[in-house]
Amino acid sequence: MTSASPDPTSSQNDDAVTERFSPLHAAHVAAGASFTDFAGWQMPVRYSSDLAEHHAVRKAAGLFDLSHMAEIRVSGPQAGEFLDHALAGQLSVIDLMQAKYSLLLNSRGGIIDDLVVYRTGETDFLVVANAGNHDQALDALTARAARFDVVVADESNDTALIAVQGPNALAIVQATAGLSTDGDLAGLRYYRALTAAFAGTPVLIARTGYTGEDGFELYLPNAAALALWDAIVVAGAVHGLVPAGLASRDTLRLEAGMPLYGHELTTSTYPAQAGLGRVVNLAKPTDFVGRTASEEGPAGDAPVLVGLVSAGKRAGRAGYQIFRSPDATEAEGVITSGALSPTLGYPIAMAYLPPALARLDTEVFIDVRGTRAPATVIALPFYKRRK
Amino acid sequence: MADKTELQYTAEHEWVLVDGDTATVGITAYAADKLGDVVFVELPAVGSAIAAGTVVGEIESTKSVGELFAPIDGTVAEINDAVVDSPELVNSDPLGEGWLIKITLKTLPALLSYAEYSAITGE
Repeated sequence: MTSASPDPTSSQNDDAVTERFSPLHAAHVAAGASFTDFAGWQMPVRYSSDLAEHHAVRKAAGLFDLSHMAEIRVSGPQAGEFLDHALAGQLSVIDLMQAKYSLLLNSRGGIIDDLVVYRTGETDFLVVANAGNHDQALDALTARAARFDVVVADESNDTALIAVQGPNALAIVQATAGLSTDGDLAGLRYYRALTAAFAGTPVLIARTGYTGEDGFELYLPNAAALALWDAIVVAGAVHGLVPAGLASRDTLRLEAGMPLYGHELTTSTYPAQAGLGRVVNLAKPTDFVGRTASEEGPAGDAPVLVGLVSAGKRAGRAGYQIFRSPDATEAEGVITSGALSPTLGYPIAMAYLPPALARLDTEVFIDVRGTRAPATVIALPFYKRRK
Repeated sequence: MADKTELQYTAEHEWVLVDGDTATVGITAYAADKLGDVVFVELPAVGSAIAAGTVVGEIESTKSVGELFAPIDGTVAEINDAVVDSPELVNSDPLGEGWLIKITLKTLPALLSYAEYSAITGE
């Protein structure tokens, strides 16, 4: 047996030289995790079964180590103004302790990275970028900061990120011994954050995630991360909490229709093609990098991101080509992410197709290793939790 | 479940148990672990002739797709219907209930010993 398909949760970069370890590495080893290289980091891909971990997040809760992600602090009198210039959104107007999903564009309007920005003070923001884009995001932000009174500081090496995701996430975080929140966790709205303390260490808790479930993400200094992880594990025992690896994170986000950088998003993808046009705030009064290109937008016939569903069990996967008919010889599009959906039980995929084939209910054909498998265009997401 | 030290192996992470002129084939625990949860198995038709080194089936996990190579020349004598219905058997018992196909041998194959295979996986 040999692998015929790339591993979607592995780093694309085979030249990764630095093997880096999360501050939670010892906990993963103790829990029997299998590891994968992700952007030079050794991260848990699964602990026992990626399907069991996936289902636990949908039905109870999962605990994720996301310490490989990049945390970049932006502070100074012009922090808001600077982010309005550097990013596609208008960050200067978000509330204190509000989070916002945003995009870092290049001057051609392509996506350098997708990220989440937290306003942690009047003139203080935390920008969280993808691990694989750490350098690109840091370099772009640093370069764009030149003419602003602002400091861009990389805190990635000192910051751990733990996510608790699933319907039982609230009960688990509330029950975590030693964790005290400044404010009511239950009343915290989606994409809002509050400050907390764990055994004297400051923690930022946000109601955010990448699984399609309710949940929290907890940012804290590395030194306290292992103790917090262990305390959450203890609190979660009666709530069905399991540690969950990157394999389940990938299928969870795919079901939730959330893009993954390097798959749905690239430097040559316009936000509008990926259904992220709303993230680019053309109404904001100031100029920003990528504005002119964004106003022009992609060509009218540029491919757009769609959801595809199929019958059976054979999933189309990243890189598989899509055809108009069973015998067409010219590919019309390509799958960017695909799997047999653990929750739904049938194959799902995200793909780029020309607008003419992107209308809902259009039937297309995926080349699944030599066999043309019919698939139907549907609206994203594939899975939406019941509120 | 077979004794792993008594089995023969291929570099494609398959195990082979030869009994008379019949060889039972499956994937190793190492391969099953690397794949993750197996969710779909496609096996060749019973009676089909297969040639060593050719792809005769697929083993799909949530994450990726593995190809099943014929380890030896022969004819497919039997396939494991249980594993087609319950692909998770590949993970739970790769050397036992998770077997994939039985092949009627043409010639006795030259395969790897357990020690030789262990050297490949480093386990």
